[in-house]
Amino acid sequence: MDAAFTAEQDELRSQARSYLAGNPSPSWSDLADLGWTGVSVSEEHGGAGLGFLEEGVLIEELGRALVHAPFLSTLALLPALPAELQGEVAAGRESWVLALGPLVPDLDSVSRVAIVGGDGIYELVGFDRELLASSDETRPLGVVSGGEPGPLLASSERLPGLRTRLLAALALEATGVGAHVLELSIGYAKERMQFGRPIGSYQAIAHPLADVYVQLELGRSLAYWAAWCVTTDDPQAALAAAGAKSAAAEAAVFACERAIQTHGGIGFTWEHPLHRYYKRALGIQSWEASSGQLRAEVAQSLLSEGGA
Amino acid sequence: MNLRDSPEEAAFRDEVRTFFAERLPDELRDHRGGEARYDTGAIRDWSRTLHEAGYAGLTWPIAYGGGGRRPSFQAIYFEEEALAGAPGHIGVIGLGMAGPTLMAFGSDAQQGRHLARILSAEEIWCQGFSEPGAGSDLAAVRTSARQEDDVLVVDGQKVWSSFAHIADFCILLTRSDPDSTRHEGLTYMIVDMRSPGVEVRPLRQITGEAEFNEIFFSGVEVPAENVLGEIGGGWQVAMTTLLHERGTLGFALVARLEVAVRRLIELARDRGATAAQREAIGREWIELQGVKHAAYRSLSALERKGIPGPEGSILKLHWSEANQRLTKLALELLGPDGGLDGGSAPYGGWWQHQQLRSRGNTIEAGTSEVLRSIVAERVLGLPRSR
Repeated sequence: MDAAFTAEQDELRSQARSYLAGNPSPSWSDLADLGWTGVSVSEEHGGAGLGFLEEGVLIEELGRALVHAPFLSTLALLPALPAELQGEVAAGRESWVLALGPLVPDLDSVSRVAIVGGDGIYELVGFDRELLASSDETRPLGVVSGGEPGPLLASSERLPGLRTRLLAALALEATGVGAHVLELSIGYAKERMQFGRPIGSYQAIAHPLADVYVQLELGRSLAYWAAWCVTTDDPQAALAAAGAKSAAAEAAVFACERAIQTHGGIGFTWEHPLHRYYKRALGIQSWEASSGQLRAEVAQSLLSEGGA
Repeated sequence: MNLRDSPEEAAFRDEVRTFFAERLPDELRDHRGGEARYDTGAIRDWSRTLHEAGYAGLTWPIAYGGGGRRPSFQAIYFEEEALAGAPGHIGVIGLGMAGPTLMAFGSDAQQGRHLARILSAEEIWCQGFSEPGAGSDLAAVRTSARQEDDVLVVDGQKVWSSFAHIADFCILLTRSDPDSTRHEGLTYMIVDMRSPGVEVRPLRQITGEAEFNEIFFSGVEVPAENVLGEIGGGWQVAMTTLLHERGTLGFALVARLEVAVRRLIELARDRGATAAQREAIGREWIELQGVKHAAYRSLSALERKGIPGPEGSILKLHWSEANQRLTKLALELLGPDGGLDGGSAPYGGWWQHQQLRSRGNTIEAGTSEVLRSIVAERVLGLPRSR
C-alpha cells in the first residue's frame, strides 16, 4: 500500500507550478510544447506514454492557476480518440470537447467537438457555435447548432468510463482551486490587522479556515483515490469518482466562500481575483452532476442488492 | 501510488483474518465497546491470546518485544479487528502511550520492568494527565510532587482516566516545583496504583456506563527511580505521550467508522430510507472513503519520511464529527424505535449506545476546538490565538 506520488510525479508538479507562476496564460501550443497535452499519448504518436495520475497532477495545477484553456475537456475525451487524433492533440494542433448536454464548456477555444449519437461517439462537423454570457469567463459555455455526425470516434460503450474520467478530472481541478484560495485566505489573515492584531489570531477567523483545510484534504484524498482507480481501471472507479467530485467540488465552493468572508469587503470586489476562483468552483459544481446528485447516485449503488 | 496491499501486506491480512475467524470467542464477537472493554477476565484472556499470536505491539521494535512491523501492518490489523468486531487489547494506554514513552525516556531498568508485561497484558495502565482545573489547558496541572529524600510525595486529583479502576500503573504528570508555572517545573512519573493513598472513583457518563474515573492522590510516596525523564522536564515527556496517542489512534478510528457505515447501510436496507436520508447515507460513505484515504496518505508519508503527514492532524477531528452525524442518522432511520434502549431496542440498543457515546468523541483525546487551533497554528501557520 502506497498512497504517495512518485518522485517523478512530484517533480512534474513542481515544474508545472513554477512554470504557471511565471506564465499564467499559456496558449494551447505552449501546453503542447511543455509536453502536457500528450502526457498520456503513446510515444509512438508523439506523447510521453504516461497515465491519468500524471494528467491529474497537471489538471490540479492548471486549476490552482485558473488557466483558461480546454485542457480538462480535451483530456476527458482523449483516450476514446483514435491514436492519430491523439497525436494531433499531443502536437498541440487540436483540442476537443465532448458535448454531453446542450450547454458545452470551452466552446470559445476548442477546435473540435464530439457528440453522442446512437451507439457511437462521433465528431460533429459543419456546425455553428454560439458563445453564451457565462459566469466563469475562464471557461465560457456555448451551444452548437446545425452540423452532422462526421467520423466515428468510439463506441458509446466508452461513455460510462469517460464520465468517470471526467468526474475524477473535475475533482482534481477543484482540489487545485480550493488549495489556492485557502492560501490566499491564510496570507490575508496573517497580514490584515484589526483591533491591533492579525485577524488570523482570532479563532472566529482561524477555526473556519481549519475546517476548510479538513474539507479540502478529504476532497484531495478522494480525488487522488479516484485518479488511481481510473489509472488502474479499478472496479470501484465509478463510485470513487462520483464521491470525489461530490466532495471536492463542495470543498472548493466552501473554500471560496470562506475566503471571500475572510477577506471582508476587498474579497467582494471585482478587482480581487477571488470571484474568478469562486465562479470556477461553482462551474465545477454544476458540470455533469452536482454534489447532491452524486451523493444520491452513490447511495443508490450502495443500497441496491450486492452494493458495497 | 498503489492502493492495493503489497504481497507481504496481503499475506498478513489473510493471516490476521484467519486468526480472528478461528480464535475470537463467540461471546466477544460484535463487541459493543464502551464499558464492556473492562470485562477483565475474558478481555485479559483475549489480550494474552493476541500477545501470543504476535499482534500486541506490532510496530514496537523487536528489541522491546514488539513485532517490528511497518505502520501499514498496524493499519491492516486494526481494519481486520474492526471487521471481525473484536475487542482491542486491554492495554490500550500501555501499548499506545506509556510503552512508546518508556522507550523514548525510560531507563533500562524501567523498560525491563514494564514493556514485556504491557505486551502480555500482565500490567494494565492508565493515564493521569487531566485535572478538574486542567482540561484542554494541560499546562495548568496542579497535582503536586514534593521531593523528600528518595521519594516524591504526590497530592492532588486527576480526572477522565480510562482503565484507572483496573489499572496496575499510571503515567502521571505532576508539578514538582510549587513556584513554577505553565510548562516549567513539571515531572512525569510512573505510579503503582496499589500505593497507599491512591483512591479511584468511577464516573458515570451519559450512556449510563462508567468508562472513566477520578483518581485522588493523598500523600502517595513514589520512588524517585520512577521518574521518567528529568525532574522538572515532564512537559517534553508528556508531549511524546500525546503524539503517540494521536499517531496510533487514526486507523483504529477509521476502521470502526467503516463498520458503522456498513451497519448503517444494512439498517437502511432493513427499514427503508427517504430520498433525503439516502443522500445523507451517500455522504457518510463518501466522507468515510475520504478520511480513510487521508489516513493512507498520512501513513505513506510516515513510512517515507518518518513523520506523519499533516493530513493526520485532521483524522480525529473529522472522524469524531462523522461518527456523531452517522449515529444520529441511524437513530432517525429507527424512527420511534429510536427512543427504546437496551434489550427492548432493535439490534440490542447498539445504535442508541453508539449515538450517546459519540458525543464524547469531540471531547476526549483533544477537544475539536483544541484540534482546530492545532490545525490553524501548526498546519496553516496562522498566528497564535493566545
